[in-house]
Amino acid sequence: MADTQVIMRVWRGDATGGMFKDYQVLVQEGMVVLDVVHAIQATQAPDLAVRWNCKAGKCGSCSAEINGKPRLMCMTRMNTLDTRAPVTLAPVKTFPLIKDLVTDVSFNYEKAKTIPPLQLKAQEADGVRRMFQEDVDRVQEFHKCIECFLCQNVCHVIRDHEENKPYFAGPRLFVRLAALEMHPLDVGDRREFIRSTAGLGYCNITKCCTEVCPEDIRITDNAIIPLKERVVDEYYDPFLWLWRKIAGKA
Amino acid sequence: MAADKYETHEYDVLVVGAGGAGLRAAIEASAQGVKTALVCKSLLGKAHTVMAEGGIAAALGNVYPEDNWQVHFRDTMRGGKMLNNWRMAQIHAQEAPDRVRELEEWGALFDRTIDGRILQRDFGGHRYARLAHVGDRTGLEMIRTLQTHAVHKGIDVYMECNIQRLLMDGGRVCGAFGYWRESGTFVVFKTKAVVLATGGVGKAWKFTSNSWEYTGDGIALGADVGADLIDMEMVQFHPTGMVWPPSVRGILVTEGVRGDGGTLRNASGERFMFRYIPEYFKAETADNEEEADRWYEDKKNNRRTPDLLPRDEVARAINAEVKAGRGSPHGGVFLDIASRRSPEYIKKRLPSMYHQFKQLADVDITKEPMEVGPTCHYIMGGLRVDAETTATTVPGLFAAGEVAAGLHGANRLGGNSLSDLLVFGRRAGLYAAQYAKACEGRLTVDSGQIEEIAAALLAPFNNSGGENPYAIHMALQDCMQNLVGIVRTEKELKQALDQIAALKERLTRVSVEGNRQYNPGWHLALDLRSLLSVAEAVTLGALERKESRGGHAREDYPDPDPELGKVNIVLRKKNGEWSLTREPLPEMPAELKALFEEKQ
Repeated sequence: MADTQVIMRVWRGDATGGMFKDYQVLVQEGMVVLDVVHAIQATQAPDLAVRWNCKAGKCGSCSAEINGKPRLMCMTRMNTLDTRAPVTLAPVKTFPLIKDLVTDVSFNYEKAKTIPPLQLKAQEADGVRRMFQEDVDRVQEFHKCIECFLCQNVCHVIRDHEENKPYFAGPRLFVRLAALEMHPLDVGDRREFIRSTAGLGYCNITKCCTEVCPEDIRITDNAIIPLKERVVDEYYDPFLWLWRKIAGKA
Repeated sequence: MAADKYETHEYDVLVVGAGGAGLRAAIEASAQGVKTALVCKSLLGKAHTVMAEGGIAAALGNVYPEDNWQVHFRDTMRGGKMLNNWRMAQIHAQEAPDRVRELEEWGALFDRTIDGRILQRDFGGHRYARLAHVGDRTGLEMIRTLQTHAVHKGIDVYMECNIQRLLMDGGRVCGAFGYWRESGTFVVFKTKAVVLATGGVGKAWKFTSNSWEYTGDGIALGADVGADLIDMEMVQFHPTGMVWPPSVRGILVTEGVRGDGGTLRNASGERFMFRYIPEYFKAETADNEEEADRWYEDKKNNRRTPDLLPRDEVARAINAEVKAGRGSPHGGVFLDIASRRSPEYIKKRLPSMYHQFKQLADVDITKEPMEVGPTCHYIMGGLRVDAETTATTVPGLFAAGEVAAGLHGANRLGGNSLSDLLVFGRRAGLYAAQYAKACEGRLTVDSGQIEEIAAALLAPFNNSGGENPYAIHMALQDCMQNLVGIVRTEKELKQALDQIAALKERLTRVSVEGNRQYNPGWHLALDLRSLLSVAEAVTLGALERKESRGGHAREDYPDPDPELGKVNIVLRKKNGEWSLTREPLPEMPAELKALFEEKQ
């Protein structure tokens, strides 16, 4: 891609209001959206607020909505976008705006505090924790999460329904819960938490979270559905229900 | 009282920085039962540790039972060209295995051996496969594990809060002053002890693997209150950063590529590292391709591939190849794993490298070689600390991780950083807590000090039409890249000092637009103070060390000088001026010296 002049249409404003503002930028070979934002900061708008850290797709700080699509700015090459029209750049929608491209993502940190922690079973006699790669593999997929919160951003349960936030943890936290539940040495039981506090039932498996994950974690298939199955087995299994009735445990 | 004018919090221990060292320190301090706060410039879990790729060095002996702390200690000292603080290197090698097992206890899931234990991988300068790892995203596993553990321990975390100055009561630390990035309002922490865990200063260079946070804050904070700095000239250029396209130049390519079988080639396809084996490592390095390739499978009967010489050696070799006109099209060399390992193996072992090259450079590393070149990665120098306690030379001030100096000497081995964070992060938290418990008398925060700082932080808003902070930053990065890079000369270092002085003068006229709310221009204007201060310290140290050793190479003094190998260069700041002395390294006890005399 030869150097081209591009119009970036960037959201400027804070909680009290704002508007899109156009910036003309010279885009050079290989540039990603975050490079363009830095170029705007350096020469045109030094106070343009943006979060970023690693610029290599590893920290999950620079989530934004690029031409309406939620993505990481550092991993979106300019030459993958149609630059004949202005490229719009807006903050993620689901979280309250702080300023420009920066939002208040504390929702996710507050939810994380409520997750029942890991409970490891007793050590083996020689003190070694033995786990096998095939058992670790599926949890390692969940540990790839970089907490960009794009899955939280696109989840319609909270994106369009602020009122659901107190009752719903969101896909990121379901991935976290799946990692705990499937940890080969964990003995905790979080099924009641997952059902009631985390509100897994709100999820109707539209897979928006999976589609948007920059780490390609199969959130719906590998985390959410297995969690749903666990909850169902515990609370809605008719045979178990009957057994509990008979045994008087219900 | 001015102190009441600002939001104020009171703690026993304040930890500044929430990467591996800061998190581990906060966990330990909190476990000691003292009131602990953790302050970080970014959101929790985004610190630079998250970018660490290759692994955590620890002599667990899972893959090679003959590995032990003595071997790790010896590798670390030799990698550091014996400039290391021997006691730190010993503690590090001895305690790293427990720290790794502790992470596992807290939920980390490392890659496994066939018999279900923690797998270890080969890395530069380590005699045995020693790095506990998770593919090529070990740092993410580590930071998330520590983050989760800290959150469940209920430690108070102040995110996106930037500490700008330490507060002093007489000769003792009594607090810290900073601002909230979100609102730009000020915050005072009154505290008995401060642990600095702020990382390094890579953002002073143009091509760096470091994130925006790496502006030398902790080094400058410590130096400003009189703490000693050592080894500031020792800067590590990681041999393999991306070189193309220009916008990604500097992004790290893990040493794990070579650890897992990748090899460096020049434009004519030659594995040039065989021509760059220094005398110092000859006995333990393969001198032909066949032996080097056999070594991956059989370490007993073969010597290590020169692709895995310590980083300083490899970076200089790449630099020399490019200068001699044997580089790749975009000014690097080739790193080839495609022709040496299967696509499945590469994707399994190096998933994020695969991803990174595919997305950012349109290169499929399972089919074609990568183009790589040196990138500023790490500073071995920093705050001088006590080996046991991590105490700096200022009472109440502790330091751990990259901000501290001594462990790595003149050059850090890959994998020794993550283990450093855990071993000395824990010690910093422990001894800061003990110090706070024993701290007697009332500490007083002086409102005059606070008002002076507040005024200085707001000054850029008053200089309208002055210097652009981004322009000053770019000028500094060009200066350090061109004049204080991999190979240095007296003439260029002196030019760098002149340029830094001019930039400091320009900084007094820096002006920012907009208001105090989340204003990156203002934040950069404030970060420039530490960037310039630390860049100056690096340059002064580099001028003084008239020899080549580890991360410090002088074209005008190309050989090591045995006399300079016995001293640290110590920098102290008084009334804004640096003073410089040479001070002898601590003397290693005889039983440890003996480890260097035995045969390979």
